[in-house]
Amino acid sequence: MTSARRKSYGVKGAPYAFLLPATILFALFFALPIGYAVWLSLHKVQVKGLGLGAGARKEVWAGLENYTDSLTDSQLLDGAVRVLGYGAIVVPVMLGLALLFALMLDTDRVRLAPVTRLAIFLPYAIPGVVAAMLWGFLYLPDVSPFYFVLDKLGMPQPDLLDGGPLYFALSNIAVWGGTGFNMIVIYTALQSIPAEVYEAAKLDGATPLQIAIRIKIPMVAPSLVLTFFFSIIATLQVFSEPTTLKPLTNSVSTTWSPLMKVYQDAFGKGDIYSAAATAVIIAFVTLVLSFGFLRAANSRNKQEAAQ
Amino acid sequence: MPHTKLRRLVTISVAVTLGATALAACGSSDDNDSEADSGPVSLTYWSWTPGMDKVADLWNKGQGKKDRITVTVKKQASGDTLVTKILTAHKAKKAPDLVQAEYQALPTLVSNDALADIAGDVDGVKDKFADGVWQQTTLGSDAVYAIPQDSGPMMFYYRQDLFKKYGLEVPGTWDQFAETARALKKKSPETDLTTFSANDSGLFAGLAQQAGAKWWTTEGQKWKVGIDDAATQKVADFWGGLVKEGAIDNQPMYTPAWNKALNTGKQIAWVSAVWAPGTLTTAAPDTKGKWAMAPLPQWSQGESVTGSWGGSSTAVTTDSKHKSAAAKFAAWLNTDPAALTALAKEGGIYPAATTAQTSDAFTEPPAFFSNQKDFYTQAADIAKTTAPSAWGPNVNVAYTTFNDAFGSAAKNKSDFGAALKTMQGETVADLKKQGFEVAE
Repeated sequence: MTSARRKSYGVKGAPYAFLLPATILFALFFALPIGYAVWLSLHKVQVKGLGLGAGARKEVWAGLENYTDSLTDSQLLDGAVRVLGYGAIVVPVMLGLALLFALMLDTDRVRLAPVTRLAIFLPYAIPGVVAAMLWGFLYLPDVSPFYFVLDKLGMPQPDLLDGGPLYFALSNIAVWGGTGFNMIVIYTALQSIPAEVYEAAKLDGATPLQIAIRIKIPMVAPSLVLTFFFSIIATLQVFSEPTTLKPLTNSVSTTWSPLMKVYQDAFGKGDIYSAAATAVIIAFVTLVLSFGFLRAANSRNKQEAAQ
Repeated sequence: MPHTKLRRLVTISVAVTLGATALAACGSSDDNDSEADSGPVSLTYWSWTPGMDKVADLWNKGQGKKDRITVTVKKQASGDTLVTKILTAHKAKKAPDLVQAEYQALPTLVSNDALADIAGDVDGVKDKFADGVWQQTTLGSDAVYAIPQDSGPMMFYYRQDLFKKYGLEVPGTWDQFAETARALKKKSPETDLTTFSANDSGLFAGLAQQAGAKWWTTEGQKWKVGIDDAATQKVADFWGGLVKEGAIDNQPMYTPAWNKALNTGKQIAWVSAVWAPGTLTTAAPDTKGKWAMAPLPQWSQGESVTGSWGGSSTAVTTDSKHKSAAAKFAAWLNTDPAALTALAKEGGIYPAATTAQTSDAFTEPPAFFSNQKDFYTQAADIAKTTAPSAWGPNVNVAYTTFNDAFGSAAKNKSDFGAALKTMQGETVADLKKQGFEVAE
């Protein structure tokens, strides 16, 4: 064996060897579970007779049956509509507030900026389930201090855990928890805008408001796109807030959001096959929606750049 | 030198690969040993009863030492969560030797071939239990799939002081119960007798059982679902009527608001089971000594029947390599006087074994009910009147449908009969989907 031969082998093999750990981890913890979910979604259980005793249950091929069942299931559709309504409140309010706070923190005259920034960001550090429980207690008329105050003032006491207000109650939890994170992303982008841009604007006689609208917002557009992208995904996957509020009210059903339906099918009804099919559908919709949005945003950027 | 570098690289990649494989293998370690039954045997037991490890220690130091059978308890989440976990473990053929399972979960577990028939190992155990309790572990066959551990005969709990204050009588029948609710509303519009809660299906199932409902029965090789039968309709209409006219509350139990209502006397009664003192102790701590327990109201005067809410059993899995040894422990745990006393003391359970219900552990009333000296004597009498129950292979589906259908019916104060139809429909549809034959 000559050393030259060995050397050439080493050079050729090195990239693959470097790739190996990542590839193995990717296959084991990403590709394989997804593949298994798809495999499950194409199967179902078939029972014989009374279904008692050994060999009464068999796993059989189901084709696309689980998918058609899932897509024609009114519960899933209702859940999707509910989540759309929830997202229509959460995304604009949360991003609007995040942008507003970021712009305000970025002005020259702001005082105590680090403390304020931390205060707005802090709710993001609280786990979603804990936040939902906290708010849930505040929404319950019999134990909430808000209702106590409203009662003393003789003001109307809305039922926040029912009907339309429920959407606001749920959205409020998400907005409270998510605004800080999005604000930091936008604020960081604002900080990276070179100072001479502002100087030029000021020389041209722009007011702080004009600078904010004409310069700052267009320049942080990529961050806005990014936060919007994250928010859409988070909205489509909403699970912990409604699940935590569920025991407190009759108004949140076990299939309130699409992911809750997946959970319910898999662990409530013990039907992992339908749950897998629904999960694949949700993943697909999330992928299409979020990447569709990214593409649309990118092509607009390109058009603008071309002009 | 290049080749040493390469060697190091290969070593690292192999190490990473092995690490990844080890990670993937996590959680699938084998708890069973493969020795024959003659040698020392060690068993794993999944249970949610608090203090079960102390009871197992009793066995390991006494009977178990003689028989060379050691039991290790692994604490688990309760109820349905554990069923899911057992089924998942069973899929990988790694279920523990012994599991705790609620009675209504037994058909689901048996239908998944997760529970072993231990009829051959538990001779003479049957006589220790009331027929209605034992029958749940055989699923109407000659097999025995579990040994009853605890039971939850249902009772009526009320605030003795407030009943006196509002001039109310303890209702003996459900008609009187409705009258009591209305009378209370007249005297104190802010106060409710109780609430209809849609977040615990077990309560409704127990009430239906009392009325004589048989939700799942078999006809030859077919299942028959009777959720929408006359008895259950009667129960649904009764509670739906009370909610609709506003005689009782419609908000769920086990919420901070419910705790407060019980603690401040905004709700003054609770239809519950023998384990209620424990729940009330934490939910309404300020009302200690103010409650009393009475038999559940009856559908007709002079009857004495009750349903059951909760209760669980000890079962041996098909994956166990030492089924006889496991069955021996299950029988000891639920029939041996010392074990039952320890279970009652450490785990706070109400044993299913009839002799244990009047044993030394139950001479004193629960601390929360210190005013009712004969609490457990009455409880034992009520337990004897438990109606038989009939569980099927998809209780979980019926239960989750109950939560949603009755939840929205309670919220809208709409027809409970329609919600019951939904429950029946979904349960039958699920059975058919799985391939069961269903008798119409």
